Amino acid sequence: MPAPRYDAIVLGAGMSGLAAAIRLAQYERRVLLLERHALVGGLNSWYKRGGRRFDTGLHALTNYAKRGAPGAPLTKILRQLRLSWEDLALAPQTRSEIAFPHMRLSFSNENELLESEIARAFPASRAGFAALVAAVRAANPFDAAAPFVSTRARLAEFAIEPELVEMLLLPLLWYGSALAQDLAWDDFVILFRSILLEGFARPEGGVKTLLDLLVARARECGAELRTNTPVTRILVEHGAARGVELESGETILAEQVYSSAGWVETRALAGAPVPDSERGWVTIFEHMCVTKSPHRARGHDAAITFFSEVERPRWSPPTELVSFETGVICCSDNYATKQAPTDGLLRATLLANHDRWSALPEAEYEAAKLSAAARLEQLCASHVPDPRPETVLRDSFTPRTIRYYTAHAGGAVYGSPVRHRDGRCGIAELYLIGNDQGLVGITGALLSGITMANQHGLYARNT
Amino acid sequence: MTREEIVESIKDIIRTIAPDEELSGLKSDVRLRDQIALDSMDFLDIVMELRKRYGVQVPEEDYKELATLDGCVAYLHPRLKDRPAKVGV
Repeated sequence: MPAPRYDAIVLGAGMSGLAAAIRLAQYERRVLLLERHALVGGLNSWYKRGGRRFDTGLHALTNYAKRGAPGAPLTKILRQLRLSWEDLALAPQTRSEIAFPHMRLSFSNENELLESEIARAFPASRAGFAALVAAVRAANPFDAAAPFVSTRARLAEFAIEPELVEMLLLPLLWYGSALAQDLAWDDFVILFRSILLEGFARPEGGVKTLLDLLVARARECGAELRTNTPVTRILVEHGAARGVELESGETILAEQVYSSAGWVETRALAGAPVPDSERGWVTIFEHMCVTKSPHRARGHDAAITFFSEVERPRWSPPTELVSFETGVICCSDNYATKQAPTDGLLRATLLANHDRWSALPEAEYEAAKLSAAARLEQLCASHVPDPRPETVLRDSFTPRTIRYYTAHAGGAVYGSPVRHRDGRCGIAELYLIGNDQGLVGITGALLSGITMANQHGLYARNT
Repeated sequence: MTREEIVESIKDIIRTIAPDEELSGLKSDVRLRDQIALDSMDFLDIVMELRKRYGVQVPEEDYKELATLDGCVAYLHPRLKDRPAKVGV
């Protein structure tokens, strides 16, 4: 067999793949990063329509931190990838909100706001919430050997009213839970810090700003990026990954393969499939409206609104095409950008059922999209200024679209409910990065690529 | 490399890894981690930068030798005295 041409092949130029490629190439590993699509980013990418750029994944960058904040995940990411905080041009949120049938809570990047909101709306839970925040701050959620602890069981130990528990859980489930109904306590701790303590920002210029920085840095380090290059097989010999086979038939050898394809998908590519039941179920229907005026001009300043139409929203696969029970509305123009917005952009997200969308005949698919979008716009009108009279351009995408662009089975956006925290997948020299390894969101994906490359490619092999 | 050049090289590596830290007042006999916010990931990057820039391999059991700038000089000078300095790599 000829000698491998690369030290590492990385599958997928999304957040985790770009981060892993940068780390490895930064320390002189020969890296090939393969992306099936023309554009990088995977789930967190962008497209152009009507002369305007739309982000596909990014509602918010979680874990907002000021420049150089010690110990902050954002500081770690920027340092590890040698990116500058200034280049990211983060525009912080003014506030976001959690809206339930009879109650609304605001939170922002300053912790005092949520504290005062809870004191106002749930005075009996004030001490319990303070104890929870203290427990979250004191916890070490990064012990990979720790057993699963149910967040719902753990939360019952705090004197917090049930409705407040549901309200606090909603944004965390939406931005990070691949499990149904519950989430692991360690994940809760990380998500609580990321969302409710550190908060949201958005790079000026959207996800493209971040992707451009990552691609430029990967190239600067010497990583080779090939777009429009689908991988059809991960080559395995004597139980170890040896390289990949491309759709073109070309074979490329490497010492290691890092895959952001997902647990189920990676095992299938390696010819060692696992049950389809291990695929992730969280997938979404997303609808966007460009509005004539910015939201602020219409008296609305929240960046993100997590809403529930019921007292106890279900976080589980919907049986219909979409569930209108809970959703997320992002008013992208409500981040404090240097350049003031001239129009508004609303993005609304619902849980969706991939198999129902995929089973629709083509003629019904378009009609179903329009009908879900119309009802979602109506629903938005009860939480944010009614987008309907203002909308000049609208577009929607479904789990089918997500499956096509991410190649994740079932259009899963948060990966398999079974995490593979050490990145190992039962085949030597093949490592999982991205959602199925670690945490979700842009921050989680970047950290996943960084830590897996460090652990398996750099620290262990620094000889 | 002279002892002074080794100090400058270490500072240059730290500037590369942690550009947000202020290095002008660093004391040479106090632990680096007590003066600036460096976590274990940052520290491992210092070790890997030393290898990348100067080909010097620091085994794990010697990491403690690099705790202060004085410690870095004492440890690295015998290993680097015949090599030219590289700054801003």
